[in-house]
Amino acid sequence: MSADPITEERAPYAPSERRLAREAYRRSRTRRSALIATASTLGVAAVLFLVITGSPGWPVTRKTFLDPHYAREALSPVLHGFVLNLELLAVCGPTILVLGLLIAAARTLRGPVFLPVRLLATAYVDFFRGFPLIILLLLTVFGVPALQLQGVTNDPILLGGAALVINYSAYVAEVFRAGIESVHPSQRAAARSLGLGYAQTMRFVVLPQAVRRVVPALVNDMASLQKDTGLVYVGGAIDAVAAAHIQVASSFNYTPLVVAGLGFVILTIPMTRYADWLTRRMDRRRAQGGIV
Amino acid sequence: MTVTAPVLRFESVRKAFGEQVILDDVSLEVPEHSVTVLIGASGSGKSTLLRCANLLEEIDDGAIWLDGEDVTDPRVDADAVRRRIGVVFQAYNLFPHLTVLDNITLGPRRVHRLPRAEAERRALELLDRLGLAAKAGEYPDRLSGGQQQRVALVRAIVSEPRVLLLDEITAALDPELVTEVLAVVRDLKEQGRTMVLATHEMAFARDVADQVCFLADGVILERGTSEQVFGDPQHERTRRFLSRLSEAGRL
Repeated sequence: MSADPITEERAPYAPSERRLAREAYRRSRTRRSALIATASTLGVAAVLFLVITGSPGWPVTRKTFLDPHYAREALSPVLHGFVLNLELLAVCGPTILVLGLLIAAARTLRGPVFLPVRLLATAYVDFFRGFPLIILLLLTVFGVPALQLQGVTNDPILLGGAALVINYSAYVAEVFRAGIESVHPSQRAAARSLGLGYAQTMRFVVLPQAVRRVVPALVNDMASLQKDTGLVYVGGAIDAVAAAHIQVASSFNYTPLVVAGLGFVILTIPMTRYADWLTRRMDRRRAQGGIV
Repeated sequence: MTVTAPVLRFESVRKAFGEQVILDDVSLEVPEHSVTVLIGASGSGKSTLLRCANLLEEIDDGAIWLDGEDVTDPRVDADAVRRRIGVVFQAYNLFPHLTVLDNITLGPRRVHRLPRAEAERRALELLDRLGLAAKAGEYPDRLSGGQQQRVALVRAIVSEPRVLLLDEITAALDPELVTEVLAVVRDLKEQGRTMVLATHEMAFARDVADQVCFLADGVILERGTSEQVFGDPQHERTRRFLSRLSEAGRL
């Protein structure tokens, strides 16, 4: 380094009055914001509490929907029912993701050979996205056994699961397609320029980027699926919701349904947190550079 | 220049997007181990010419020959043609989800079926030569523009293409980063690589070009050595283009 008169004469950095004053001001603003936030939260909570508990029907409502005695009683059968919800989620979730990805990929295929595949995939999505899930469930769970086909199951759980897969695959396919189309064409151009074929370009360049972008949307769909697994009760399967209903029918107290509802919320939270963690990890890996 | 057959030959190439004619009867020969520089205003057809050679665009008429093969014949396997051509884009187009090393080895491993170790050895050797070996494990968005573009150059040459197409590869870079990228291109010329480059860096073009083509409205208006085109332009439009650039301090 050459001797530089400017840097040589420089004293070590000390925060100026101006900086200290600004920081003090920002600190005071932060304290004020925290105070306001606390006060407003407490205020809203108090108002809600007073309005609800002060309502004329509150004592009856509380007894009907939030009775600890019935909650305890319902816990075991409802938890038992949850096993079915979880099983359905564990089987249908991955199936839907794979099927959705295949349908999305089929919709983006080019070339005349693939016209029927493309048309079929498009028709599938158009139809099943519009068709109400509950009607589809009733049709599969009662319609398929009515056909009396040899070797086809009559199990309402399996048929209900199939209906969920059919319906959700259409939604998930659209999410994947949006992801695929969000990858800039220049990425394809670069991949093709390396000599990668269409399928290779999809597999190594487009899909990895597409899937990362749609993780939050997919988690959304999976959370929704988790709740809709409860709909298989229309075929007579006993899941958490059906188990709660049975309790309600014998006691005329609705607390078991609230218990089941809270159970679904508790199940959804870890899934959302997991997806957040996954996204963060991917970002961090990129930001740090990672190890090959 | 040698008498060997050209690596790349454009024969009366015509390309239009709808009503707009981008390339109008363009003929050009790119001899082996030579550097051809395309100059001309934006929209003159430089990029389109390169994209046509790489079969990213379909030409309307004429033919493009790579090593004596008409690659614009629809029966030709486009992927097999692209395997023999290296391309670097203005916006780098590195794959953001892959590390520098994986960006470079993707082609060798998946297209040329090299074992991973061999592909990585080659990639690291090239990265090392460009002083980028330490960046092998980084993701592209952690690199400066100049570093990204040098990685893109490595990615383009790692499979030893017959010809390298460089499409305004310094246009998106800060002036101080341009230098480091152009140094690499100069190096590639020294190695005898066959290149076609579209550029606005006139001083550089003058320096490295064996052949300069001035394009205007999809036509090669003027072609010659850099002494001829830069030193003694014949066409009025070439003269105007060059004088505008020198007024702007780009020459």
